[in-house]
Amino acid sequence: METKNIMIVGVGGQGSLLASKLLGHLLMSQGYDVKVSEVHGMSQRGGSVVTYVRYGDRVYSPIIDKGEADYIVSFEILETARWLPYLKKGGQIVTNTQQIDPMPVIIGAAEYPDNLVDKLKNSGANVDALDCLSLAEQAGSAKAVNIVLLGRLSHYFDLPEDAWMKSLEANVPPKFLEMNKKAFELGKNF
Amino acid sequence: MGNNEGKELMLGNKAVARGLFEAGVCFISSYPGTPSTEVTEEAAKYDEIYCEWAPNEKVAMEAAFGASLAGRRSFCAQKHVGLNVAADPLYTMSYTGVNAGLVIVVADDAGMHSSQNEQDSRHHAIAAKVPMLEPSDSAEALEYTKLAYEISEKFDTPVLLKMCTRVAHSQSLVQKSERTVPDFPYEKNIAKYVMMPGNAKKRHPIVEARTKALIEYAETAPVNRVEMGDTKIGIITCSTSYQYVKEVFGDTVSVLKIGMTNPLPENLIKDFAAKVDKLYVVEELDPIIENHVKALGLTVTGKDLLPMIDEFSQNLISDAFGKETGESLSIDDPIPNRPPVMCAGCPHRGLFYTLKKNNCTVLGDIGCYTLGAVPPLGAIEMTLCMGASIGALHGFNKVRGAESENKTVAVIGDSTFMHSGMTGLANVAYNQSNSTIVIVDNSITGMTGHQQNPTTGYNIKGDPAGKIDLEALCRAMGFERVRVVDPYNLDECDKVLKEELAVSAPSVIISRRPCALLKYVKHNPPLKVNTDKCVGCKSCMRVGCPAISMKNGKAAIDNTLCVGCNVCSQLCPVGALEEQVKEVQ
Repeated sequence: METKNIMIVGVGGQGSLLASKLLGHLLMSQGYDVKVSEVHGMSQRGGSVVTYVRYGDRVYSPIIDKGEADYIVSFEILETARWLPYLKKGGQIVTNTQQIDPMPVIIGAAEYPDNLVDKLKNSGANVDALDCLSLAEQAGSAKAVNIVLLGRLSHYFDLPEDAWMKSLEANVPPKFLEMNKKAFELGKNF
Repeated sequence: MGNNEGKELMLGNKAVARGLFEAGVCFISSYPGTPSTEVTEEAAKYDEIYCEWAPNEKVAMEAAFGASLAGRRSFCAQKHVGLNVAADPLYTMSYTGVNAGLVIVVADDAGMHSSQNEQDSRHHAIAAKVPMLEPSDSAEALEYTKLAYEISEKFDTPVLLKMCTRVAHSQSLVQKSERTVPDFPYEKNIAKYVMMPGNAKKRHPIVEARTKALIEYAETAPVNRVEMGDTKIGIITCSTSYQYVKEVFGDTVSVLKIGMTNPLPENLIKDFAAKVDKLYVVEELDPIIENHVKALGLTVTGKDLLPMIDEFSQNLISDAFGKETGESLSIDDPIPNRPPVMCAGCPHRGLFYTLKKNNCTVLGDIGCYTLGAVPPLGAIEMTLCMGASIGALHGFNKVRGAESENKTVAVIGDSTFMHSGMTGLANVAYNQSNSTIVIVDNSITGMTGHQQNPTTGYNIKGDPAGKIDLEALCRAMGFERVRVVDPYNLDECDKVLKEELAVSAPSVIISRRPCALLKYVKHNPPLKVNTDKCVGCKSCMRVGCPAISMKNGKAAIDNTLCVGCNVCSQLCPVGALEEQVKEVQ
């Protein structure tokens, strides 16, 4: 199988590490060769962060380049726009609609672009946009945005629900499992 | 698809730690630095290995040397610039050799994701005349770590294991095995271990002979691997560049993958070159392999095709070799940058606001507080290397005298101060410049992800440890003026700063409050904007807090970020930023 590429993008501190950990576990359980790449250090301090997840028969490069991503999973809509050039033609975006102002916008040196969901759609991308924060809060915790996103992503994968649940069980603490399962379902059935 | 039974998806740095465990390593001493930190953090999870954070890389490497001398396999890790600090022991350890195996991780940061320069550590291996292995994924990271101990003991030399951001911080599949612990008796050997001129003169020829033996080893070492494909193109490559080459070309070209980048083989390269029509070297940063190939008299294409700057990727290789890359989409709107910022509630914020307000010239250092250089604070005017703030302040003040002494300060973190700020402080105390040094003490090594240090009172495992008293230390060095301020209290900061700048004596201000991200730090409820009072003057925004923005002409607080530190409210002229009572949460 040709290598498939998933990018997880967001703002440092939003919790993308759990999402990539869960995906890595899931894809490994399906027998794929897997590589996951993250960046630690300074960019984690509220900067733009990206995690690459690649899987297939034999994965070489640990990173994903422009025009290569089969999926972009995004925690924040400006970050979706920033990483759009990495999406493959015909690739799928799953994005949270939440907006977090970056410092240049906060201090008035730049403007946050408006109507980003429409603009992303007009660019030719397949965009599935949802308010993950509300759904996560509905599930019981604002921190479950990552699991809502993965639930939505699962919609595009031909993998048994059982495999997703096993990876969820292996990667979240038991006391939060039910809440996370609910978040997953809310994302999936949105 | 294969069977992943028994395999684990593992971070490159964690795979090195696993290799250390399996190789029977007993002693690890390191100083944290991205992208090397997790090697030591992961190793510390094995009860069988003694692990510690040392005050700096030089001390760490000397400690690891001592453990090797005593007969146990030992280890230290650092980032590329950390190896500069530890270069002194390294270059002479090359002469003494080792007793039990000694392996040193150096992690480069091509692309400068979290570093102040982009140096290529392979130069150190060449200059120190020690072997260097370079893994290209997690499985190799584990395997090469164990091999490094065999090489270290067989050739009587410390061995460098070079990681880079993309190998250190990517996860791939590894297979684990058991731990075995070798033991080497300690024997007194003055001629080998006391490097005074008479002895060192006898050791240098041994180093040169060792390099010849290592070149011989490199000719057939399994880590230097030929993968023959079509012979029109032959590519010599190493580290993560190998992965990009394979991503682009698969098995369609011939590849010589170099796993040991110092010393490099000669016949292996000549034989490979003879089998291919056109020879390339694909390596990040400096042309180390390329220059070696050229010195062998071969024609090769390298840095005339590929950059010496930044990290590589598959598209960069494709473009260079004229291959197509995927089409990409875009939108017309400019996308504002999202640079890293000081966190909401960061104790450094109030201090930098005060320095800016007083129009200070700030010489900075390495840590989260380097972000004091970015807008809107924009207070720091120099950052060089660990400890340089104090060293440079002394020189600055000596030549500028009173005109700079009453407005120029050094700002350095607690961990960086213990690393190499103390010696700079000794210079100020000894050679007497009227310098004002601010130690921003957030009670942790912050930037690299919360490591303990000699001022925190805890060790790498979180157990109670020795604790150095910063005030007592500064006084013992001869500073009569040592002040402590709370950076959340802007009036206090302002008053103390003005006093210490005005006085004609060297002084230290300790700006003390724990990092807001530390688990034990209790947060207040988020502040609330009283929109009836707010006049939209943006005074609160001068501190550059990510939790504050303007919505409809009024200040707005992001409840998910604000920790109620109250620094912004001290700037509000109308008292519109109000505390909420705890029950509200």
